Amino acid sequence: MVEEIGSTADGNIILNVGPQHPATHGVLHLVITINGETIQKVEPHLGYIHRSIEKMCESLTYRQFIYVTSRMDYLSSHINNHACALCVEKGLQIEVPLRAQVIRVLMDELTRIASHELWWGAMAMDLGAFTPFFHAFREREAINDIMEETCGARLTMNYMVPGGVMQDIHPNFQKRVKEFIALFKSKVSEYNELVTGNIIFQNRMKGVGNLSAADAISFGCTGPTARGSGVSCDIRKLYPYEIYDTINFEEILETEGDSFARYMVRVREMSQSISIIEQLIDNIPEGDFQAKTKAVLKLPKGEFYQRVETARGDFGVYIVSEGGTTPYRIKFRSPGFSNLSALDHMARGSKLGDLVAMMGTLDLVIPDIDR
Amino acid sequence: MWSFSKISKLIDSWLSVNFSSTWTMVIEMVIAGIAVITLFALLGLVLVLMERRVAAWIQIRLGPNRVGPGGMLQSLADTLKLLVKEGMTPDGADKFLFNLAPFIAMIVAMLLMAPIAFASDFQLWDLNIGVLYVTAISSLMVISILMAGWASNNKYSLMGAMRSGAQIVSYELSAGLSIMSIVVLSGSLNLNEIIQSQADGWWLFKGHIPVVIAFIIFIIAVTAETNRAPFDLAEAESELTAGFHTEYSGMKFALFFLAEYINVFIVCAIGATLFLGGWMPFHIGHWQAFNHVMDFIPSSIWFFGKTFFLIFLIMWFRWTFPRLRIDQLLDLEWKYLLPISMFNILLITLMAILGWHF
Amino acid sequence: MFILKYIKEVYSGLKSLVVGLRRTLYYFSHHKEIITQQYPDNRDTLVFPDRFKGEVVMVHDDKNEHACTGCTACELACPNATIKIITKFDITPEGKKKKAIDKFVYHLELCTMCNLCVVACPTDAIKMAQTFEHSVYNRAELTKILNKPDSKIRDGVE
Repeated sequence: MVEEIGSTADGNIILNVGPQHPATHGVLHLVITINGETIQKVEPHLGYIHRSIEKMCESLTYRQFIYVTSRMDYLSSHINNHACALCVEKGLQIEVPLRAQVIRVLMDELTRIASHELWWGAMAMDLGAFTPFFHAFREREAINDIMEETCGARLTMNYMVPGGVMQDIHPNFQKRVKEFIALFKSKVSEYNELVTGNIIFQNRMKGVGNLSAADAISFGCTGPTARGSGVSCDIRKLYPYEIYDTINFEEILETEGDSFARYMVRVREMSQSISIIEQLIDNIPEGDFQAKTKAVLKLPKGEFYQRVETARGDFGVYIVSEGGTTPYRIKFRSPGFSNLSALDHMARGSKLGDLVAMMGTLDLVIPDIDR
Repeated sequence: MWSFSKISKLIDSWLSVNFSSTWTMVIEMVIAGIAVITLFALLGLVLVLMERRVAAWIQIRLGPNRVGPGGMLQSLADTLKLLVKEGMTPDGADKFLFNLAPFIAMIVAMLLMAPIAFASDFQLWDLNIGVLYVTAISSLMVISILMAGWASNNKYSLMGAMRSGAQIVSYELSAGLSIMSIVVLSGSLNLNEIIQSQADGWWLFKGHIPVVIAFIIFIIAVTAETNRAPFDLAEAESELTAGFHTEYSGMKFALFFLAEYINVFIVCAIGATLFLGGWMPFHIGHWQAFNHVMDFIPSSIWFFGKTFFLIFLIMWFRWTFPRLRIDQLLDLEWKYLLPISMFNILLITLMAILGWHF
Repeated sequence: MFILKYIKEVYSGLKSLVVGLRRTLYYFSHHKEIITQQYPDNRDTLVFPDRFKGEVVMVHDDKNEHACTGCTACELACPNATIKIITKFDITPEGKKKKAIDKFVYHLELCTMCNLCVVACPTDAIKMAQTFEHSVYNRAELTKILNKPDSKIRDGVE
């Protein structure tokens, strides 16, 4: 006879989802307690991909540590690098040339689109539709090609350096970006046809994974996860950095707070990023792409904090300097970690299939949660 | 003209001349068994390749193109790989049931082959209650899945099996009702007679809108019954890793895999027989010239053409739609498909009594 | 009224499914949309952008001369200790001792292609190459010596 399988005293089954599981997009380990198909408790276990990046940064100089941050949230590596560069610039009080600022914002928004594209495909894949994943990669590939041409890499670019950007944009950059905008606009209606409008998809998403605005704030959720609950938390609007205060864009807000609202926020953000790129792409000012900096950067004694809006939410860099060439302590505030903490609250009482959908809408990148 | 029925009759007459009637039957049974197994293996290879090709083209990829000309031998290579792979049995599993389950799946799929008319006058077993037989045997599929899920001693497998049990049992109702509508119209449970009743036109065209609705319900229900996406909750890759066959590997997994495709083939063959006239050629009214040309095409090609069209339909669904949730799956059956098909069969009965169909 | 709503629901649901099916049928029947690149076959036609960061190489001209002075700026800039420069002292024609590189050791297996060494180099002696097929059978082969045998520093590079 089959032996008894792991269960709690009241007859619920304890199920290990992960660390090797198709839906966890990496090595997240969820210990869930289920009663039949209904979820009673979700307990995320971390630590499978801990590389102690914060400790590593303490032995690297202010120029060097930026490259490590690409390995955290690898889907928005540009934006992570951007935050670090901004924080160092804040400490050194470097004035970044306008051209560099525009290039940085362009790269940020391209990265945001690329990240959301991948999320969109993976999200549909979590729900069992395989085709959108490949269609999303077609557009993401176009962005990757643009990145490759200007930054020399496709994923971990290390393009933002203190004082500006590492190299000037490639001569083809503007042309390629405009081609991409045209491609994206021609394909974006397919997203509605394939996924958004689909009745099965809508039924799977609407009304599940509810997160109220108060809960979103108390769990520290940021980014599209919180904006799906109607919490205004776009760092680009609230604490503008670079030239975001001069750009005309709106913060995407949905008020329902369910999985579908979070989905819609991200889909609409892609179009919003396209409009930001359209505003800037023809108006890249002439000038230097990098400010003159000293060969060896030494931050003054003190504490510096910079937050930016990554594709997942509020990413913060906190540097404590003793005045040396390396930071005394670095702390990263990663959006995924806080967003993940809301999962238990959202998932209780819903079905196992919905857990996967909720994890999809949280847009988890495990190396970001577990540094 | 060359046809399957002539060959079978030739073999039959040759055997009955040379052997006693008992031996003739035994030898014919052996030949039939070998033929079914060969067809089985062949269908598995073709369908796997077809699925991968359809998936690839829908997903703007090329699909298999390395093994053999145009990747034609890809599924053969996969089979070879699965054959040499170790068939593991987990330590905590119920060994007997665990090893039995894939064979039950296969046997059920094989049994379903019996009453299907592959071409005119070419059938393993001309059963007078063929429709009933098919519906009855196909319900046995759920036993192998439950057995596999329970014996694996794995929580994912168990959940997959339980989902599958609920799903197959409920979707059988609406599949049965839509099959019933054709039985009502043709007045026979014999698959051959049902085909004969469509000599002047397929039921899909003769039966007005109610039969079209029955056809749509049939397709949805059999997609669910064969555990294909968007109803692949028993496997549900992103939720249950691989559902009921999580613990299976090597040839035992291959048997499940094969059984799934054979089941798809069989339900599509049944669908083609009931709604699209089986091996009946496509005829348009009294347009003699056209009908004559259509008659020229061998009946086996008509049958396989229709079946593969339905298979393509099911594959097309799989690569387009996201998966349903378990409660929505049951909602769809009990709140939508069952009431609609019940109302529909009422209409069809009325139609059959009053003779409103063509 | 209830029935009407029910029928409307079924109709709109079916319509949304048909829209999706139409889109996938389009891709199924339009093979020109296929974007697959058959990698090892198209190796000859692969074009890489000139900035692609594949591995660090040292630029040598026709006379087997490079521009590396052995200043170790790249070694200091590297976050992973990928580069190790071993210097020696050359005797110049004037009889003076002059520092020059003996070996420019580059550990490809440690390199993250961050481009910091190339930026740090004051004489543009090193650059990123557009190679990407780095697999080898022996890990020792990944440790490379970038300056070619008997290469000299180019005249006039300080």
